Amino acid sequence: MTNLIDPLHMKNMLWLIPCLPLAGAVINGLLGKRLPVRLVHFVGCASVFLAFLISVAGFFTLLGIEEPHQRFLIQPLYQWILTVWHQGSFSLQVAFRLDPLSITLCLVVTGVGFLIHLYSVGYMAGDESQARYFAYLNLFTFSMLLLVLADNLLLMFVGWEGVGLCSYLLIGFWFTDLEKAQAGMKAFIVNRVGDFGFFVGLMLLFWTLFEGSNGTITGLGFQQLRESIPLLNSASPILGVGLATWIGLLFFVGATGKSAQIPLYIWLPDAMAGPTPVSAFIHAATMVTAGVYMIVRLNFLYVIAPAAMAVVAVVGGVTAFYAATIALTQNDIKRVLAYSTISQLGYMFLAVGVAAFSTGIFHLVTHAFFKALLFLGAGSVIHAVHSNDMLEMGGLKKYMPHTYLTFMAAYLAISGIPPFSGFVSKDEILWATFNSHLPVAGLGKALWALGLLTAGLTAFYMTRLVALTFMGGFRGGLEKEKHLHESPSVMTFPLMALAVLSVVGGVIGLPAVTHLPNLLHDFLGPVLSSHGASGHQAHAYWLELLLMLISIGVATTGIYLGWLFYVKRPELPGKVAARFAKMYQVLEQKYYVDEIYQALFVRPLLKLVALSGRFDLNTIDGAVNLSSRVTAKFSFLIGWEDLKIVDGAVNGLAEIFKRWGAALRHLQTGKIQHYLYSVVLGIFGLCVFMFLF
Amino acid sequence: MQYSLPSFLIVSSLLFCLGMYTVLTRRNAIGILMGIELVLNGAGLNFVAFSRFLEPSQTTNLLSGQIFTLFIIAVAAAEVAVALAIVLSLYSRMKSIDVEDFKNLRG
Repeated sequence: MTNLIDPLHMKNMLWLIPCLPLAGAVINGLLGKRLPVRLVHFVGCASVFLAFLISVAGFFTLLGIEEPHQRFLIQPLYQWILTVWHQGSFSLQVAFRLDPLSITLCLVVTGVGFLIHLYSVGYMAGDESQARYFAYLNLFTFSMLLLVLADNLLLMFVGWEGVGLCSYLLIGFWFTDLEKAQAGMKAFIVNRVGDFGFFVGLMLLFWTLFEGSNGTITGLGFQQLRESIPLLNSASPILGVGLATWIGLLFFVGATGKSAQIPLYIWLPDAMAGPTPVSAFIHAATMVTAGVYMIVRLNFLYVIAPAAMAVVAVVGGVTAFYAATIALTQNDIKRVLAYSTISQLGYMFLAVGVAAFSTGIFHLVTHAFFKALLFLGAGSVIHAVHSNDMLEMGGLKKYMPHTYLTFMAAYLAISGIPPFSGFVSKDEILWATFNSHLPVAGLGKALWALGLLTAGLTAFYMTRLVALTFMGGFRGGLEKEKHLHESPSVMTFPLMALAVLSVVGGVIGLPAVTHLPNLLHDFLGPVLSSHGASGHQAHAYWLELLLMLISIGVATTGIYLGWLFYVKRPELPGKVAARFAKMYQVLEQKYYVDEIYQALFVRPLLKLVALSGRFDLNTIDGAVNLSSRVTAKFSFLIGWEDLKIVDGAVNGLAEIFKRWGAALRHLQTGKIQHYLYSVVLGIFGLCVFMFLF
Repeated sequence: MQYSLPSFLIVSSLLFCLGMYTVLTRRNAIGILMGIELVLNGAGLNFVAFSRFLEPSQTTNLLSGQIFTLFIIAVAAAEVAVALAIVLSLYSRMKSIDVEDFKNLRG
C-alpha cells in the first residue's frame, strides 16, 4: 500500500484531533450565547467532523506503514513534569500516541460522536441553552480523545477525569430538576470512587517500577512501561499477592467505575437523566468504553497477572448476566437500554479477561454502532411520544417508519442474529471464553454458559422492548396519537448511517470459520502482547461452528419467547409475573441495590455528616466563639491603651508645640522698625562675636 | 592734593550710620527707603575706596570694587522700583504711608 500521507506530517497533526473539539468547546462555551444558534450547531458539529477526517487520515497513514510493528506515531508537545535528582531523572511529556489501538477508538469516538452531534441539532432544537450543551458535548469529545491518545498514564488520567467531569455536566444538564442534578452528582461521585482505584494503581505501579529499577525509570510512557513491566515479577508480593495482580486489580477498580461494572455500575442507569443524545454518547462512543480501552492498553500488565485477569473475566461475565436480568422487567425504554449497556460492557470485560483483547475492542466498536443507534432511536421515539414509559407507546411502526427500520437493524445486531455486527463480535467473545485458559479449571466453560444465557436474555428483553414500542396499537391515548410524527431528517440521517454500520460492522473481525482474515485482530496485533490472542489459534472449526449454532439457537429462542410473550399472547407476562411475584419484584426493583447502597453508604454518611455537623456546631463553633470573645476583650484593652497612651502622647506633644507657638507669636509685631532693630542687633552681635573669638 | 583711604572710610561710615539711623527712626515708608539708599551708597563708596587704594598695582587693577558698586546701584534701583510700587499700592488702599499702620500685614 502506498503512503498517501507522509507519516511525519501526520505526526505533527496529531494534536489537532483532540484540540479541534476543545476549540469548539471554547468557542461555544465563551461566545455561544451571543452567536446565532445555527453557528453554534455548525461549530459543534464541524469541530468533531474535522477531527474525524484527521483520524481517517491517521488511519490510512498507519496502514501505509509497511512494518506492522512500526505502526505508531508519537507527537511530543511539551515537557510537563521534569524532576532531576542525583541518581537520575523523571520526566513526563504531554505527548500523543497514534497506534492501531488508539486510532480505532479515535475513529469510533469522532465518527459516532459526529453522528450524535448531528442528531443533537434536531433533538435539542428549541432548548434555550444549546450553546452550553454543544460546549459540554465538545468538551466530552475532547476529554475522551485525550484519554485515548495520551502516551502516558498520567495524561490518560487527565482525560479519564475530564470524561468524568463532562458526564457530570451533561447528565445534570437540566440541573433545575433536582432529581437530574442528583443523577449527575451520583455519576460523578461513583466515578470518583473508581478513579481513586485508578490513581492508587498508578502510584503503586510507578513506585514498584521505580524501586525495582533502582531509580532508572524515567517516565510513564506506554512503550517504557511495556518494556519495564517484567520488573513487577521480581518485586516482593504484598499479603502474598503479586504486585502485578494488585496493580491490575486497582486499575480494574477504576475501570468498574468508568465502565459501569459490578459494584460501581449504579450510576449508569441514572445517567439517562441527561438529554438522550448524551446517553447515546456516554453509552456508545465515550466514557463507558474508557475502562475497556484502559485494560486493553495495559494488556502487557494484565497478561502477567492471571489472577487479576480471572477477576476481570468473572466480574464481566456476572455483570453481563446480572444487568440482563434487571433489563427484563424495566418499563422505561432508556432504562432497559442502560442495563443492556452494562450487560454488553460485561461481555467486553469477559473478553479482555480471557485475554481476547482484540475481541473486546471489536465488541466495543460494534456495540458503539448499535447502542448509539438504539439510544438515538429511543430518543427519536421519546421526541415523538414525550414519554419514556414503554407502556404508553406501541404501534409506532406505522408513524415512524425510518426510526423503526433503523431500530430493527440495531435490535437484530444486539440480539445476535447473523450476519449483523453484534452477532459476530459477541460470538467471538463466547468462543474465546470457551477456549480460555483461566487459572481455575472449568471457569471458562462456566462463564461461557453464563454468556450464552445472557445472550438469550438479551434477545428476550430486546424483543420485549421492540414489541412494546413499535408493535401492536398505541397506548398513549388519542390526543397524543394525533401528534405522532417522524423525526426531522437531521435526526434520521445519523440513524441510517449507524444502521448501515450496525449491519456491516462485523466484517472487520470475521470469525475463523469463514476462512477470511480477521482485519481488526491483525491490525491491533502489534499493540497487544503475544499471549493475548483471540480464538484464532485454535483451529477446531467444527467446534466453533457448533458453538455458533448453539448461540444462534439461544438467540432465536429468546426472540421467539419475547414474541410469544409480548405479541402473540400479551396476557402471558402478567401471569408469569404473578406466578413468580417475589422474583419479579426483586428484578423490577433492580435487586434493591440502590437501596442497599443507600443503607450501607449514603445513610451512614449522612449520619456522619449530622454528627460532624453537631461537632462543628458545638465544639468548633464553641472554640471559635470563645476565641472571638477573648479577642474582643483583648482588643478592648488595646483600644483603651491606644486611646489613652498612644493618642495621649501624640496630643500632648501637639499641645506643647501649641503653647510654644502662642508664646512665640508675640515676637511678630508687624512693626517694621522692630524687625530692623533685630537685624541691626543681630549684625552687631555677629561683629562682637567675630572680634571676641 | 592727595586723599588717603581713611578719609573715604570716614565718609562712607558716616553715610552708613546716617542711613541706618534714618531707617530705624523714620515711620514714613519713603523715608525708610531713602535711608536704605544711604546705607547702600555708603557700602558702595567703601568698595570703590578699597579697590582704589588696596590694589597691588595700577597695571593689574581689575576694577572689581568699581564693578561691584555698579551692581549695587543696579540692585538698588530695582529695589526702589519694587518698593515704591508696594508703597503706592499700600497708599491707595490705606490712604497712609505710615509703616505703623501696616502692622496687620503680619498675618
